[in-house]
Amino acid sequence: VSDSNFSLLVFITFSVRSQDIRNTVGNIPMEWYKDYPHIGYDLEGKKIFKPIRNKDELDEFLDKMENPDYWRTVQDKMTGADIRLSDEQVDLVHRLQQGKFGDVNFNEYEPAIDFFSNEVMIHPVTNRPQDKRSFIPSLIEKEKVGKLVHAIKMGWIKPRRPKETTPQYYDLWAKEDPNSILGRHKMHVPAPKMKLPGHEESYNPPPEYLLSEEERLAWEQQDPEYRKLSFLPQKFACLRAVPAYSRFIHERFERCLDLYLCPRQRKMRVNVNPEDLIPKLPKPKDLQPFPTTQSLVYRGHSSLVRSISVSPSGQWLVSGSDDCTVRFWEVSTARCLKTVEVGGAVKGVAWNPNPSICLVAVSYDDTVVLLNPGLGDRLVCTATDQLISSYEEPEEVMDQSVQWAVAEGEGHEQGHRLILKHPKTVRQVTWHGKGDYLACVMPDNGSSLQVVIHQVSKRRTQNPFRKNKGLVQCVSFHPIRPYFFVATQRYVRVYNLIKQELTKKLMANCKWISSMAIHPGGDNVICGSYDCRLAWFDLDLSTKPYKVLRHHKKALRSVAYHRHYPLFASGSDDGSVIVCHGMVYNDLLQNPLIVPVKVLKGHTITHDLGVLDVTFHPTQPWVFSSGADGTVRLFT
Amino acid sequence: MGGLQKKKYESGSATNYVSRNKARKKLSLSLADFRRLCILKGIYPHEPKHKKKVNKGSTAPRTFYLLKDIRFLLHEPVVGKFREYKIFVRKLRKAYGKAEWSGVKRMKENKPVYKLDHIIKERYPTFIDALRDVDDALSMCFLFSTFARTGKCHVQTIQLCRRLGVEWMNYIIDLRSLRKVFLSIKGIYYQAEVLGQTITWIVPYQFAHDHPTDVDYRVMATFTELYTTLLGFVNFRLYQTLNLVYPPKLDGQGEFNLKSTCEEDYALESESYSEKLSALSASLARTVPLVEDEEAEPDHFPAEGEDLETMEAREKIELEQNKQKKLFEGLKFFLNREVPRESLAFLIRCFGGQVSWDKSLCIGSTYDETDEMITHHIVDRPTINKQYINRYYIQPQWVYDCVNAKILLPVEEYFLGVTLPPHLSPFVEESEGDYVPPEKLKLLALQRGEKPREETEEEEEEDEDDEEEDDQSEEEDESEDEANLAEMEEKRAQGKRLSVKVTPGKVKQENRMRTEQEEKAEEKRLAIMMMKKKEKYLYDKIMFGKKRNVREVKKRKRNRGARKNLFIYES
Repeated sequence: VSDSNFSLLVFITFSVRSQDIRNTVGNIPMEWYKDYPHIGYDLEGKKIFKPIRNKDELDEFLDKMENPDYWRTVQDKMTGADIRLSDEQVDLVHRLQQGKFGDVNFNEYEPAIDFFSNEVMIHPVTNRPQDKRSFIPSLIEKEKVGKLVHAIKMGWIKPRRPKETTPQYYDLWAKEDPNSILGRHKMHVPAPKMKLPGHEESYNPPPEYLLSEEERLAWEQQDPEYRKLSFLPQKFACLRAVPAYSRFIHERFERCLDLYLCPRQRKMRVNVNPEDLIPKLPKPKDLQPFPTTQSLVYRGHSSLVRSISVSPSGQWLVSGSDDCTVRFWEVSTARCLKTVEVGGAVKGVAWNPNPSICLVAVSYDDTVVLLNPGLGDRLVCTATDQLISSYEEPEEVMDQSVQWAVAEGEGHEQGHRLILKHPKTVRQVTWHGKGDYLACVMPDNGSSLQVVIHQVSKRRTQNPFRKNKGLVQCVSFHPIRPYFFVATQRYVRVYNLIKQELTKKLMANCKWISSMAIHPGGDNVICGSYDCRLAWFDLDLSTKPYKVLRHHKKALRSVAYHRHYPLFASGSDDGSVIVCHGMVYNDLLQNPLIVPVKVLKGHTITHDLGVLDVTFHPTQPWVFSSGADGTVRLFT
Repeated sequence: MGGLQKKKYESGSATNYVSRNKARKKLSLSLADFRRLCILKGIYPHEPKHKKKVNKGSTAPRTFYLLKDIRFLLHEPVVGKFREYKIFVRKLRKAYGKAEWSGVKRMKENKPVYKLDHIIKERYPTFIDALRDVDDALSMCFLFSTFARTGKCHVQTIQLCRRLGVEWMNYIIDLRSLRKVFLSIKGIYYQAEVLGQTITWIVPYQFAHDHPTDVDYRVMATFTELYTTLLGFVNFRLYQTLNLVYPPKLDGQGEFNLKSTCEEDYALESESYSEKLSALSASLARTVPLVEDEEAEPDHFPAEGEDLETMEAREKIELEQNKQKKLFEGLKFFLNREVPRESLAFLIRCFGGQVSWDKSLCIGSTYDETDEMITHHIVDRPTINKQYINRYYIQPQWVYDCVNAKILLPVEEYFLGVTLPPHLSPFVEESEGDYVPPEKLKLLALQRGEKPREETEEEEEEDEDDEEEDDQSEEEDESEDEANLAEMEEKRAQGKRLSVKVTPGKVKQENRMRTEQEEKAEEKRLAIMMMKKKEKYLYDKIMFGKKRNVREVKKRKRNRGARKNLFIYES
């Protein structure tokens, strides 16, 4: 407490004492007495009552206006009485407000007297004798020093490192040794450099490099990873308008990541001329003859033509269709000579390959009919009829699964000669080269009766297999040797009919074989499959295909070899017939040469079906094809 | 037939590779330290040839390092420094915790530092190796030098990056080896040729960066640490080869000029000097003074295995380059304040021009706007109030295009307020069959010395082309018509099959060329049928790419045509 405050206190207590009212409640918040009539207690313990105050705002205002001492009147909180401040008191308040000392006479700028000055005194300031510790070496310090010494000794504290004198940069490669390549550099794959920018990155690119509205939208919707351009090309009128590129730091960072995180591998870039990849094949021109143009269309069938066959003389053509008719055509004029109606959709027709017999096998439903069309040489026809009628019943009747019947009446007039009733639907018929045996296929999974071989002259039927594996698709006789080919879904089995054993099992490497043809030489087989493949087997080479062609776009329906020319053809659901040159050499060391020579188109695709059957003319390089559009076409 | 049975994955490629975690454990480093070490030493993962074998039968995606690489890391002294630093940090933290300020101070003085000199030497045994890898270093340094001096990295790093970048630019100016420059939307690409190596770097435009949150700046900082070291040594060596003083100093004249002009503007002597250097307006001091009149042509000897023709070609290229180096010689430029000063000053100085700018824009301006000798005034605003008569007022793109074209282009297309011609990338080299923008063709013609053709001619030509196409299509139409007719006739013939009529036969006109082509095409198609599966796949892939290219070119051409028409309609 400074002097001035002290004097103020004294002064105020004095003024209060003069009125002799003293509140004894002490320094408490006075609002505790707010609700009481008294405000405290005096020295004698009597209540000090609050002065009666009924001044309202108006009185207050009047007082303020009229009383000239209103400004110097304050209320004493302790007693509740109004006090008029004297002149001295007002003066004191003013001084305090100005931050001056309360006492008027106090000089705050008196000269200071230093206790400790630069003047050396001969006597100590205090007379206290010196401590003992001031002249005894400090133990604590000793301990500290000891610790430091120990730390230095132990190498825990290192002396300050001398300032580096070598310059930051110097000639690092002054003594460079070009041969000092590290061992690991053998495996070193230097990082590729950043791709250099193209025109589209320019701030002012040619207009064709800007994206159109749709392209821009597509770009925005694309995942950033799959975008071809990492940025949107933009055009700015002037350099000043170019803003900062917001992904600049990102791109640098990604480059950093690529440098240290991306696994590296040496890759050989394939640098081939695509023309070199195309195999060099002999020109089709040099491989003539082969059919090149469509020359005749045989119209007449009203539904799919499932099967066709050419007579051994090459003069007649037979076609069987889903409209339950078999039609006979003259090849050279495309005239329908004869129409024979049968009792169901015709699945297969086959002309007897023996030129001295005029018979056609027709299969529909579960029946196979042998027809004598009565075309061509009358002698042959009558000879055929005689051959059939000259049959004599054997003494002991064998129990056969197939019933043989001779056609009579109207059927006979139409040309029906023999009717064979099978237990199941017959899909395919095929003749043996000599013309006496006839094989029929009745596909039925797991059944033992899928293939039967008929002998026409003896009207006998055999079931060659005790058990059939899988679903038989088609069968074929070997043209020369007594072999029999059975194609199931995935394999072709070759049986020796004399020895009665399995000779070979060809793996076609395809899902579902549709058709099969045997080369007239007998050593090569082609298989068409529903999965667009054509497999060429060389029986001398292996049981796997020598070549697999995938030249059709859709399932293959049929394949055929030419009897004399080195040609084979395949018909497919894509409506095309592809004729290939397939040369088989007598030299065993030379592999067959296969060259596709012509794609023949003509059939229209109906119900997703195109070409259903192809067959070659027996002597000419002509190919017949029958299609789902109800026509048969001849390509020459 | 004895011997033990071989166990799987105990020899061969399975033992040559190690996964990242194993490598880390072998080195007993934390992931961060391992990463840093890999960056510094240039160790990267390898993609094994047979991933499954290496991965011990598993197909899980895993990155593999070569075991040899990891062994090579084992003896790296920097690894020890990493550990020391870790200990240092721990001690420091402890001292802070105990409030041992003297200890903290002492420790800070003894902070372990490591140098990367030996790593640089080891990674780049020869100087050329180092130059080959300097691309990324430059781009990174130029990026870091544009960072604000707060937050993302140490101020010293930024300053060092800036210093190194300026040194590099000064060197390129002195050597005059800048070749190409490209204004892209990302930044400005420069390409220089130094000691036979082409070096490309990108400099961002001068804007404050919006720092992305998904970027790990520690990785960037580690790279920068390496790159600054590399670039420092490279700069030193390069300066040495040119007999320049390193660290660079302005030559006497330039220094005097600068001192006399604006000494009082800059408070710090050290800062102002680096600023002067970065102004790029004065040449550098040399250790050996340059003799001006020494212009002796060095004799050319054909190198081994090089015939006369290639030598001549090389000489021609050299001659061209020399010409390019003096592209702006004798020209005096003045930069207005809105153009990118540093880039343009660098460019103009690289090709021998003189350049200056407003005094208030930057330190180091050498002459005033009022100078009568100024030939080109570079402005990037639509109009300018006070124009002097004897100079061209051009937009900045002119300078860049001239550099890329290697000739002084006509200035008419670059005047103020004129719509600029497109700015093309000099890095694109069109091979046959690629799309070439018409501007490039024009430029090539200019370079060959041909006069620029009138645009109308070009258009006419294009029109002719169109017409030809139309003709072709018409022909096709005709042939189609014929076919239709034939069909109709056929149908009619079928309809009245009985009334057989003999019509005069038409001579079938065969276009021999066409039939021949068709034949060939069919032959090819047939041959393609016989391709092997593998080759077919490859062939299809190649052809797909080719077709895509053709498609793209067509699209570009179409776009160009469409937009041109659009512009015509608009105008």
